[in-house]
Amino acid sequence: MGMTMTQKILAAHAGLDEVKAGQLIMAKLDMVLANDITGPVAINEMKKINKTEVFDKNKVALVPDHFTPNKDIKSANNCKYMREFAYSQDITNYFEIGEVGIEHALLPEKGLVTAGDVIIGADSHTCTYGALGAFSTGVGSTDMAAGMATGEAWFKVPSAIKFNLTGSLSPWVSGKDVILHIIGLIGVDGALYKSMEFTGEGVSSLTMDDRFTIANMAIEAGAKNGIFPVDDKTLEYIKEHSTKEYKVFEADADAEYDEVYEINLSELKPTVAFPHLPENTHTVEESGDIEIDQVVIGSCTNGRISDLRIAAKVLDGKKVKKGIRTIIIPATQQIYLQAVKEGLMEIFINAGAIVSAPTCGPCLGGHMGVLASGEKAVSTTNRNFVGRMGAIDSEIYLASPAVAAASAITGKISEPKDLGM
Amino acid sequence: MKANGKVHKYGDNVDTDVIIPARYLNSTTPEELAEHCMEDIDKDFVKNVNKGDIIVANKNFGCGSSREHAPISIKASGVSCVIAETFARIFYRNAINIGLPIIECPEAAKKINAGDEVSVDFDSGLITDVTTGETFTGQAFPEFMQKIIKAEGLVNYINNK
Repeated sequence: MGMTMTQKILAAHAGLDEVKAGQLIMAKLDMVLANDITGPVAINEMKKINKTEVFDKNKVALVPDHFTPNKDIKSANNCKYMREFAYSQDITNYFEIGEVGIEHALLPEKGLVTAGDVIIGADSHTCTYGALGAFSTGVGSTDMAAGMATGEAWFKVPSAIKFNLTGSLSPWVSGKDVILHIIGLIGVDGALYKSMEFTGEGVSSLTMDDRFTIANMAIEAGAKNGIFPVDDKTLEYIKEHSTKEYKVFEADADAEYDEVYEINLSELKPTVAFPHLPENTHTVEESGDIEIDQVVIGSCTNGRISDLRIAAKVLDGKKVKKGIRTIIIPATQQIYLQAVKEGLMEIFINAGAIVSAPTCGPCLGGHMGVLASGEKAVSTTNRNFVGRMGAIDSEIYLASPAVAAASAITGKISEPKDLGM
Repeated sequence: MKANGKVHKYGDNVDTDVIIPARYLNSTTPEELAEHCMEDIDKDFVKNVNKGDIIVANKNFGCGSSREHAPISIKASGVSCVIAETFARIFYRNAINIGLPIIECPEAAKKINAGDEVSVDFDSGLITDVTTGETFTGQAFPEFMQKIIKAEGLVNYINNK
């Protein structure tokens, strides 16, 4: 029996010729990641392990991106604790304010993750790097600590669901609409413990940023990982960003899948996930009049340059509706600078939006856009759980940058078509 | 190893944001996290929970964020076991890694009522609803995970190797 793409990567990292779904393996890690929330807990756990040094100072990444720039004293102390650990261990990939960006945009941009890698991160959206043809998955702080100390992690080899993509996306439809549509189709536990393998001729039409967004939200369907095949666009991205050795894995022709879904990209429309689960999807057309208070465009899901370009295209020459707080967050310093060079910042500021330094901030109700009681937001982030962005009775509607920007202008859930675009 | 306690019952997709809201993630102290455990889904949980109590929930318990603060807050609040129809995979790993006993059993998740007294035998996987007298068999852990559980977490397991 053949192996899926994920199974082949795991087998290679476990030193095995073959693995089967359900098998428990010990795999070598190419990168181990934590942020300012999970890192301090991981460091505490690592100190309990009888090993004083990390397994490889080049294969650990510590990224203080969640509550930074420090939102309060406790957060500042956590960051200080992680910084001191990073310096004492001489961690190569520790990124201070000025260099830091949202981890899942930063690591690919810095070329620290590449095709064929096995990566664990103490952050659930670590699955993002599947866009590059890597196996990457979120873990907790203790797994992170064990990974930092030993360079290995145990995995149960996952079975897989195949998503066969055909056609190509219509204007104003993006990777976010694809993944929201899929989560709406299979539910928030539709891929529990499994891989989501995206394949088919439709993949080639998706930009790398679209693929990062899609792989990023695999966890929102309960998946262990989401993964794309490596094609010319992937190789072009890797060559532009990374000097690391990469390896291309392909699923066997006779690989077994639990289920196969056919997704015609041409049929997808701008999609919104209503509170309080990412599976509560509706097209914007069928959403009705929902008035909002805030718009957030950013996060590890949608804070990349193409996201900002789409938002700017919608906002260019227009004003956000009076009273709609519109917060735009470039995911990394490089994206920020690129947006400045391209004149996107001028468009945002003239439109009445604000632009923040890179941070996860409002996505998890940390800072930079916490919602008050009863308020509603359209957000390009990844979760709309109860209380996620602030007050327990606030509401989050997840959407693409195009929908978020259009909604900022009208003050209610809208798409560019509603603006005559 | 056994657990015995009163049941706190929840539904589907209890996410880690409601188990421990991000506004408290600037703390890493188990006791502080326990003060806010389940706050956004059951504001009285902290008042009502007693040492040894058991959480029972339906499918996909612990979905969302990878924050280990979620199982840490549950364990530190005195809960002795979580029974669910299914667990989200990162929560599942985290619970085992920190030594919070969890057990998957769809039938028990469906039939056990809030307030029932329940006992769990982890060696046999036997779950007994003492209040109703019904018994259920939960899914036993693979041998590899049993070793981690017996070592009371991944850190000890590695140190013992």
